[in-house]
Amino acid sequence: MTTAPLGRAATATPPVAAHRPPRHVRRRARTAALFLAPFLMLFAAMYLAPIGYTLYQSLFRMHRDGLGLSAPTQVFAGLANYTTALGDPAFRGSLLRVLLIGVVQVPVMLGLALGLALLLDARSTLFRRFFRLSFFLPYALPGVVGAIMWSYLVAPGLSPITAAAHHLGLHLDLTSNGMLAPTIGNMLTWGWTGYNMLIIYSALQAIPAELSEAATMDGCSAWGVAWRIKIPLVRPALVLTTVFSIIGTAQLYNEPAILHNVAPNLSSTYTPIYAAYDAVNANNFNAAAAESVILALLAFVLSFGFLRLVQHRGAAL
Amino acid sequence: MSRNPAPQLDRPTRQTVPAAAARRAPVGNRPPIRFDASRWLVLGVLVIASVYFLAPVWWLLVASTKTDSGLFSGNAFWFGHFAFFDNVRTVFTEQGGIYSTWLLNSALYAVGGATVSTLISAMAGYALTKYPFRGREFTFNVVLAAVLVPQPLLAVPLYLLFSEVHLVNTYWAVLLPSMVSPFGVYLARIYAGASVPDELLEAGRIDGAGELRIFFTISMRVMAPALVTIFLFQFVSIWTNYLLPVLMLANDKLQPVTEGIVGWQAQRAIGPSAPPYNIVITAAMISAVPLVVLFLSLQRYWRSGLTAGSVK
Repeated sequence: MTTAPLGRAATATPPVAAHRPPRHVRRRARTAALFLAPFLMLFAAMYLAPIGYTLYQSLFRMHRDGLGLSAPTQVFAGLANYTTALGDPAFRGSLLRVLLIGVVQVPVMLGLALGLALLLDARSTLFRRFFRLSFFLPYALPGVVGAIMWSYLVAPGLSPITAAAHHLGLHLDLTSNGMLAPTIGNMLTWGWTGYNMLIIYSALQAIPAELSEAATMDGCSAWGVAWRIKIPLVRPALVLTTVFSIIGTAQLYNEPAILHNVAPNLSSTYTPIYAAYDAVNANNFNAAAAESVILALLAFVLSFGFLRLVQHRGAAL
Repeated sequence: MSRNPAPQLDRPTRQTVPAAAARRAPVGNRPPIRFDASRWLVLGVLVIASVYFLAPVWWLLVASTKTDSGLFSGNAFWFGHFAFFDNVRTVFTEQGGIYSTWLLNSALYAVGGATVSTLISAMAGYALTKYPFRGREFTFNVVLAAVLVPQPLLAVPLYLLFSEVHLVNTYWAVLLPSMVSPFGVYLARIYAGASVPDELLEAGRIDGAGELRIFFTISMRVMAPALVTIFLFQFVSIWTNYLLPVLMLANDKLQPVTEGIVGWQAQRAIGPSAPPYNIVITAAMISAVPLVVLFLSLQRYWRSGLTAGSVK
């Protein structure tokens, strides 16, 4: 993204001015630099350096001479890796797939999270603590464990869902090509609804009770209170969860990779990160670099595009 | 944005007085609640939702007590032949007991990475709010932007860099990236800004204490709740990380438990000599226990970290 200006972050040293600031101010600035140094050094090495190196790698390719006798050399390739990646139907397909999953799954999940948060927030709701905890439980489980669990819950032969459908006389294979996207969407919804619900619920809890009470006294129904007062007031939380979810969908990897173990038909370029991983395995680092950059740009454009969109629509964050 | 997340937690739930009294009354003499249709409907929806979220976990628990053939017969959601302890024994003896190596590796990565990142995040966040210097806001904004860069997007770039400097397939390949937590710096800054009074630091300075000593003996103590939250979040994100280790570590002696179990599951898809389904399931379940325990015992800190993002 913006690596060039980021690089200057590491040089947060005091200014060298003509009029030197008083001694204690200079000493404090030195202390600040000392406190910041360990983090900034690791940050530069683990965030900025890999981003810079990947941008660099994405502009080169390995050149092998005709006979392939001498070691391959790295030559400048301009944007060739990018055009290759974008021209590759498999990679394009992976981008479209996460977009599709995002467009369908994110609204479903956030709608569910908002609905459940509103129900939990309603004054008369019983067993609030139990429900809150049970919705949040999937988030407390490691993602890999959840994915392994779901992979078996949908695996032909093992799946109780398939078995139940069979009892009803239906033939259902949740790992067939057409069902892969809904199955992965379900895994994501199951895993992340509770997390999003908790963020929205916390925002709901911060609304002063007098507001809803006044509306109720004015004859507003529970629906009206939710729609006209509560939802507009938790807008920042909804925006936040949407941005997190868009970014989360762009980085989809664990669920399809683990589902692949029970669904061999799932392609090894199913999502962009999966495709980049595949390129790494094929020792094509330059392609992996270009694909990573494209994906990062896409995630960046989508989440900031969404932020701009909601900011234009009125109420600032 | 500079509000302290901690007071959020203990804030009494807002509610009208009669409702509060009704809810807080002991179960025995709770005033009769009028059950109208809409209340039943709400309860029904919530029950269906909790079945959706809980049933798969229940299935996992039940499945871990079954034999491999038991998984394919009888009621999937109820116990059959009880083989849980046999399964646990098999998990820990399979392939020369490599499962305990994986657990130890996970513990090493998670404790080591979270400890270092908590300490350096606390120092950085503290410096970003308690010391004025030029470029402070810029530095903080860079950190804030990095919070939005998800780890998986960085994993492939890290792999490309680490293979260039020959760090791939070493403990450092997972430990070093785990030591950096921009979210931790963000949390430390807002917490230190709201809870460490400047007067306290001045008092320390007047008493002749150095800046380092003030930080380690006074400020860190005040920041303790935030430090627990940072440690918890970093511990969990390292323990559950899968993409980074699967890229970096081919040697199964170095792998954390997430990568190990998925490796077993993948073998299962290939050959019959691999660990059977019930062993993979039991292994997956055991690996989740530390997190569920952490989650239940430190619920307070979970919520403060989760809501920190939405408190503005």
